Formats: sequence, C-alpha cells, structure tokens
Amino acid sequence: MTASGRARRPIVPFLKLPDDGEPYLAGQRCTRCRAVYLGARRACSKCTAEGPFEEIPLSRKGRLWVWSIVHQSAPGIPVPYVVGVVDLPEGVSVRCNLVDVEPDPKHLVFGMPVEMTTGVSQQDKDGNDVVAFYFRPAAG
Amino acid sequence: MRDVYVGGVAMIRFGRYPDRDVPDLGAEAALLALKDAGLGIRDVELLACGSLFQANAMVGQRVLQEIGQTGIPVVNVANACATGSTAFREAWLAVASGEHEVAMAVGVEQMGKMGLLGAPSGGARIRTEGVIGSGLMPAVFGQAGMEHMRKYGTTVEQFAKVAVKNHRHSVKNPLSQYQVEVSLEDVLNARMVAYPNTLYMCCPTGDGAAAAIVVSPQKARQLGAKVKVLASVLTSDPWSERDLTLPDVNTLTRNAAAKAYERAGVGPDDLDLVELHDCFATAELLHYENLGLCKEGEAGRAIDAGETAHGGRIPVNVSGGLLSKGHPLGATGVAGIYEITTHLRGAAGARQVEGAKVGMSHVIGLGSACTLNVLGV
Repeated sequence: MTASGRARRPIVPFLKLPDDGEPYLAGQRCTRCRAVYLGARRACSKCTAEGPFEEIPLSRKGRLWVWSIVHQSAPGIPVPYVVGVVDLPEGVSVRCNLVDVEPDPKHLVFGMPVEMTTGVSQQDKDGNDVVAFYFRPAAG
Repeated sequence: MRDVYVGGVAMIRFGRYPDRDVPDLGAEAALLALKDAGLGIRDVELLACGSLFQANAMVGQRVLQEIGQTGIPVVNVANACATGSTAFREAWLAVASGEHEVAMAVGVEQMGKMGLLGAPSGGARIRTEGVIGSGLMPAVFGQAGMEHMRKYGTTVEQFAKVAVKNHRHSVKNPLSQYQVEVSLEDVLNARMVAYPNTLYMCCPTGDGAAAAIVVSPQKARQLGAKVKVLASVLTSDPWSERDLTLPDVNTLTRNAAAKAYERAGVGPDDLDLVELHDCFATAELLHYENLGLCKEGEAGRAIDAGETAHGGRIPVNVSGGLLSKGHPLGATGVAGIYEITTHLRGAAGARQVEGAKVGMSHVIGLGSACTLNVLGV
C-alpha cells in the first residue's frame, strides 16, 4: 500500500514492484537457447523447447535502438509523446515511452544510453495506482 | 500442383461508401470480375472471401446471397492487411490442387473514418498506448523506417519522396481513392503523424472491394485467359531479434521473396512492375531491399534516382499504392492482383507499364503475414 492507502499494481505482469527494493523488469530465459522473453510462454518461440524457463531480473540500463514521436494518437491520449525500443544487455528489447527528453528529433540519438524509471500512470477501476515503467536518458 | 490462370479481375474505386454495406460492395466487384472473365456465378466452384473487420460475419455467404446462392464451399478469411491476398491464395490452391476448375476470391472492407489502426479498443481498462510505447501503426512503421535510417543513413526526404511518387502515380488511376499530386515540400510540411511519417506518408482509411477469378489451364484456353500465376506464397513471422517488441516486417518478406522467385523461376531483374505494401512511406523503401529490387542499403538511392517511378528501371506502385489508391484492408490484396493483371493484359490505360510480362504483388499484414503473388504472360 502507498502512503495514500491505495494499492499499487504494475501495468504489465513483467514489471515487478518488490516491497523491499527497486522496481525491475523480469525476463523469462529459455535454458536451452538463452532467448529471453517478456512474459511467460508455453515453449520457446526461437528454439521450440518446452523450457524450462528461468526468471531473470533485467538490467535497468539499456540502449535506445529506434524511436518515433507520436503526434496523432487515439482520442483522449495526450500528444506528443516519444516512444522507442530499448535493447537490454540480457538480449531482449522492450517497447516503451521515453521521458525526460524533448519530443524533438535532435535530442534523440540511436544507441544513446537510457535507464528505467517508474511512475503512477493512472488509476484502475478500483482506484488502485497503476505503476508504469519508462526509460529516460542516462549517463553512458 | 497444376498451373493456374487469372480468368477475370475487377475492383471498384476505393473511397467512402457510407450508404452501402460490405456484402453489397463485395457483390459489385464479384459481378464485375465474372463479366470480365466471361463467366457466371454458376461456373464458380469455390469462393474465398477476405474481410477483416467483419471476419465473423460470413461475408462470403452474404455476397452469394446477393448474386446467387449456388451452395458452393465458401471460406471467410482474416489475415490482417494480408486478408485479401490470403483469400486469393486460397482460391489459387483450390484450383492448383486439382479440386476445382474455377474459384473466386473477393476482398472487401468498409472502414469509414475509423481512425488509427492499432488504437486501443474502448473495452481496455488499463491504458497502455502512449504509456509503454505505441502499438499504433504510424509509430510501428515510423520506427521500422528509423531502423533503416539507423543502418543506412536513409533520410526523411528520401522517405517523403515515396509519397510524392505514389501520389503522382495515382493521378492516372481512375480507381484510386485520391488522385492528387503533392510536392516534396507539401509532404514534408504536412502535419506530422508519427515521425518521420507525415499525413501524406500514411495511407488513408476507406471502403472498397476487388475480385479475382482463377481457373484451370483447360478453362483458361476456353476463356482466352493468358495471365498465369507463377507463384503464390504465404509466410508468417519467424523468430527474429526484436520481432516481439517491434514487428519485423523484413524477415518474413525476404523469406517469401526467396520462395516466390524459386517457384516462379524468375528473379527481381525479370519483374516489369511491382505493387508493394506501402502502408506508410517508410515501409516502401524497406521492401525494395526485402524483395531484391535494389541492393542492401540502396533503397534511398533508388528513390532518389527515380528507379521505381513509372518509366524507371522497376516501377513500383504505379496504381498509386496504398498511400494514394487507398487501403480498405480486405480489398487491398485482391486489388494488387487486379493491378498486375491489368498491366499484363496491356489494359492499364494512361498508367500502363509498356510491354509488361511479369509482375509481383506484395502484401504485409502486421502480426504478421506476408503474401507474394507473381503473375506472368
């Protein structure tokens, strides 16, 4: 529970919010071919082995693979926002919003180091805080 | 597998038909294709009908209820933006296998002004769009273009030139949803949708229908049909490094191309025209390389040099492409067959690619499916 008395829940199951530590993303690694996934699956879509999979904590730091700036979105969604694909060192990439950066191409550099941060994105229908992850520019 | 010929094709002008419904649009295209072939609905032994947003509504049967309930097998197909081209392949398979002499593919869609594809449905309780990235098509294909920019230094101007070319082509296509030329300046200065794609670099929503009739060699001789299906290939997305994060539209197209060229016994240099899936301007340049129309990393140079414009080395999207002709999802793939067939018959009027002997139609459905149909005379 937060100070406000509301419960916190992650926006996706692979975002972990431990009570006694920093939030992190969890990957499922195929123990045969080492491919890493966000979220559980029945078998490895790369090598087809039915696991076993091991859960591994993913690094909070990664590098920006590609990005876009969304100026027109679905109704009710504030624009512009910067989106991207971040490569993590464990060999998996993650789709995310980029924060703490101007929505301007000149501030977005392929390969730039980024780090994960979290924040309350919205309340769910029961009034719980929905925690999302974001990435922001980081020191190399 | 035996040879299969295109006996008849038709499409209606893509646009907006708010006063009509999906079976009616499909029925119009079906009757036009039958007339084009010189056949009647009683000659058709199987119908494959592609319609994405009404995939659960038995559109194929409802088309037959409009034009003739002959009791034939009907399959209703959904495969994202590759819905129509997958329906065409089902019809091809039905004849190629020897099971049927005449089969029809109908592709039809009514989108109205439905907004951005990939937008969250009203039922989603937790909003993820714009919170943990974007699943909207403009952003997905924006980022796919940015990968090309990252790898090869492709410029925003080069992507924008795709829109200039395809809108220019569409001026000569009376069935195109839009038929308006735009300048490079117009494209670059238009409202940004998702970087680097501006408004003119994004295909419109719309309504439309197309139909194609495929026939056995014996039937083709009777009808005088000359256009042959040299290859009809369907692939799905194989595992690749970031496919589950940002759909990889490249690998499955390359796999399809390798198979299609092998089956057809032709190479990219033998193609006289290509209709490819330019849902966004960024996508077109990726597919030049995916289909082997130019060397790796040279798509930007190819568009700069005008190689893919009408009259160039390998004309691409002389119909106006999805960007201008429109992209009523289920209709698109069958409309690609219409376009190639029309050129191979020498019947494309002002936009005719002179002397065209071999053409290819490429479609991608995100999620992902890729079809390639190679036709020849």
